[in-house]
Amino acid sequence: MTTENTTATAEQPESPEPPESKPSFARLFGRYLIEANSVMVTVYSLLLAFAIGAVLLIVSDEQVRSSYGYFFARPSDALGGSWNLIYSSYMDLFQGAILNFNTLERFQAGNADFGDLLRPLSETLTNATPLIFTGLAVGLAFRAGLFNIGAQGQMIFGMLGALVIGFSLNVPAIVHIPLAILAGAVAGGLFGAVPGVLKATTGAHEVISSIMLNNIAALFLVWALSTKFIHSETRSELVSKPVRDSAELPALLGWLNPSLRVNLAIVVGVAVAVGVWWLLTKSTFGYRIRAVGFNGPASATAGMSVGRTYATTMGAAGALAGLAGAALALGTGSGGVNTATVLEYGFDGITVALLGRANPAGIVVSALLFGALKAGALSAQPDVPVDISTLLQATIVLFIAAPALVKAILRLRTPRGGLVTLEAKGW
Amino acid sequence: MQLELRGLTKKFGSFTADDDIDLTVEPGQIHAILGENGAGKSTLMNMLYGILRPTAGQILVDGEPVEFSGPGDAIAAGIGMVHQHFKLVGPFSVADNVQLGREHTRGAGVLSIRDAREAVREVSERYGLALDPDAIVENLPVGVQQRVEIVKALSGPKTELLILDEPTAVLTPAEITELLEIMRSLADSGTSILFISHKLKEVQSVADTVTVIRRGKVVAELPPTASTAEMASAMVGRAISLEVDKTAAEPGEPRLEIEGLTVVDDQGFKIVDGLDLTVHSGEIVGLAGVEGNGQTELARAVLGLMKPASGRVRLDGRDATHEPPAERIEQGLGYIPEDRARDGVITEFTVAENIILNQYRDRPYSKRGVVDAAAVRKRAVDSIAEFDIRTQSPTELVASLSGGNQQKVIIAREFSRPRRVLVAAQPTRGVDVGATEFIHSRLITERDTGTGVLLISSELDEIYALADRIAVIYNGKIVGEVDPDTPREVIGRLMVGADADAATEADHAENDGGDR
Repeated sequence: MTTENTTATAEQPESPEPPESKPSFARLFGRYLIEANSVMVTVYSLLLAFAIGAVLLIVSDEQVRSSYGYFFARPSDALGGSWNLIYSSYMDLFQGAILNFNTLERFQAGNADFGDLLRPLSETLTNATPLIFTGLAVGLAFRAGLFNIGAQGQMIFGMLGALVIGFSLNVPAIVHIPLAILAGAVAGGLFGAVPGVLKATTGAHEVISSIMLNNIAALFLVWALSTKFIHSETRSELVSKPVRDSAELPALLGWLNPSLRVNLAIVVGVAVAVGVWWLLTKSTFGYRIRAVGFNGPASATAGMSVGRTYATTMGAAGALAGLAGAALALGTGSGGVNTATVLEYGFDGITVALLGRANPAGIVVSALLFGALKAGALSAQPDVPVDISTLLQATIVLFIAAPALVKAILRLRTPRGGLVTLEAKGW
Repeated sequence: MQLELRGLTKKFGSFTADDDIDLTVEPGQIHAILGENGAGKSTLMNMLYGILRPTAGQILVDGEPVEFSGPGDAIAAGIGMVHQHFKLVGPFSVADNVQLGREHTRGAGVLSIRDAREAVREVSERYGLALDPDAIVENLPVGVQQRVEIVKALSGPKTELLILDEPTAVLTPAEITELLEIMRSLADSGTSILFISHKLKEVQSVADTVTVIRRGKVVAELPPTASTAEMASAMVGRAISLEVDKTAAEPGEPRLEIEGLTVVDDQGFKIVDGLDLTVHSGEIVGLAGVEGNGQTELARAVLGLMKPASGRVRLDGRDATHEPPAERIEQGLGYIPEDRARDGVITEFTVAENIILNQYRDRPYSKRGVVDAAAVRKRAVDSIAEFDIRTQSPTELVASLSGGNQQKVIIAREFSRPRRVLVAAQPTRGVDVGATEFIHSRLITERDTGTGVLLISSELDEIYALADRIAVIYNGKIVGEVDPDTPREVIGRLMVGADADAATEADHAENDGGDR
């Protein structure tokens, strides 16, 4: 390959046919589009996922399905019905996640304020926030060759840590908020370090131990919520005390409309993503993470402690997941947390990291996409089955994880250097 | 079979891998193809074996032009190939491997083990290649596995020409000798052999004629009587000195002292067994031995990657037995690992990132935990110039470099920081002649600046060329320490564990003879 490059560049000036030596931008771009490189595979994965989602929407809708029974008598019923269904379903998702056209009309007529117009976006950002953190938690570990399935558990501990500081301290917000966030990171980090330390000292595989620790964390949460220290003083069901107002993350757009939930955590999330990018590309710690992730034996031979890198990386990953928990615990108007607060953000972080290819910027973008899918699906139910968002997420990741499949379906060309598949070593 | 290539050319885009190759292999001839890595040898063989289609030119078998659209055609035409990396199914028996793809069956798809066994026996008797048809391949030594490959290639319907692609790369010295004998007897019985190699001594000893290719072109046709220096110069395209110029060693104080070192593997087996060895400043101690006698583990224990069960490692007079590798590296231990791809480089990293792999935490490459990209780049640019690393830029990935240049990256990493001791394990493995010459001369320079060098090599030629003192390892023990003028046979006997006392006596006798 290298020699090929050298020769090609060396010979270009003497090349008699200019079109060969200087292909036009349009031509290069066209070639790029039909190549199975990582960007185009991602784009095509999204399109394919929406196509499959469309088929399943048709299959799951009784009325449209029955119109296929007399397809040959009146094909327009089936085809028109299918199109309407797909169009309206995806439109509903869009309106719930980005911009609602009804609200826009009302806004133009003066019946709605600007805040109403922003509500879908606010919901998308709110849903994306924990995913940024858990996506980074999984993605960072990926870079060290570790598969961190434990973001869910790490997030639960982070949530408890932030919660406890959030309701027990009585200090001004300027101190309280950073302290509570820090507590979340520390709690998640300590819990996250456990599989790393186990791997470093005993060789226990982090996938197995972090899966098991998720269960421990989930059950620990149930127990912790029932303790007198954490359990709500005013409510009887399994819910915690609310954090003090001084620990609550300020809503960013509350001044426009109090129903806009998006809060400071999204800003923290983006800042942390930038921080992780800096860590990976500029710091010695990141250099070590990448070295160990690519080639553990060579790193060890160069004097790096592979075990310590595993432990610290998992600790850092846990801290990132802990921040997701902190964002949930300190979220606006939470009124205390319960077992449902954490949903599956930790597990969704795995898909976010995969879609973002363990790259901080990619993780932010894919967290926003998944946040939008979730917000859209929640607002579009029951007209659109709420499972559509999960289904789309799963299908997208299926294609991302199997670039050869995308390449085969769409008959793309193999790019230079082959297909890129993200994988954790030793799994 | 007579095989003739006329103007065979293969282009990949604008890159010409093979350019107008003319070549004739006569029946019963061993025809060596000599060339550096990337010279176009493999492309040529792949065209011959039907894996690649030529862009231009003809292949003639016994004067008739042929076209191969796949290996099946080549096999049908009587060409067999033994690949550098064996294509064997480990858990299968020898007979099953040999019949793979053309199974002996009886009736409707029922395998006939007896016929398969018989076929193996027949071929191995005809060519004098002893093989047990029922042995499980993965349990066999590498040399015997290769014999299975040869028998497999010879079992084609009418194999008359055998292509051997770098067949000696994976073999021990004894196995190499055996293989060369096998090749000779195959040729004597009429089989033509195309022998691809970059090891000059082997080519010289076995080939009937030598074709040298460089950058895809035939640059020389030499008789086997040509000197190795002639062959090397033709390969590289400039004069090459195979003799390493060096003055007598001036050993100083002990730099690396290994005392009673024992390393035990997971099964409790003593791989290194109470080993004693001292390397002084300003000398190269060559550690000779058949691979797998504890060299790997010894090197890893000296670096600190393996914890010894007992014994000590002293570096520069201080007890380093319990120091972590980072500390030893910091204190001036250089280390060239034997397995370059696994332990030496991170192929997904750039050249620059690889060059600072064991110094990334030191100034000026990083300050307060932040990597200084400019300093790293400057160091890389300097090293690329000083060590003649052929790369397009410091930010090129090491994966796209040739083996020799990857090795130079490691050499650059180890040689551009202050060192007291250097452990060099197989420093020229898989490296072409030009790079080997360079690495050898750097090792001598290293010695002359006062470093104590422990050279671990499975190639006796390399040990002889460089070492000031030779220690022979067998079964995890040093079974003899001899002068570099000790004859090969003596060292050879020590390497296979022949009575150590006898060998030492022979050595003494030899030395006495020298004194007289």
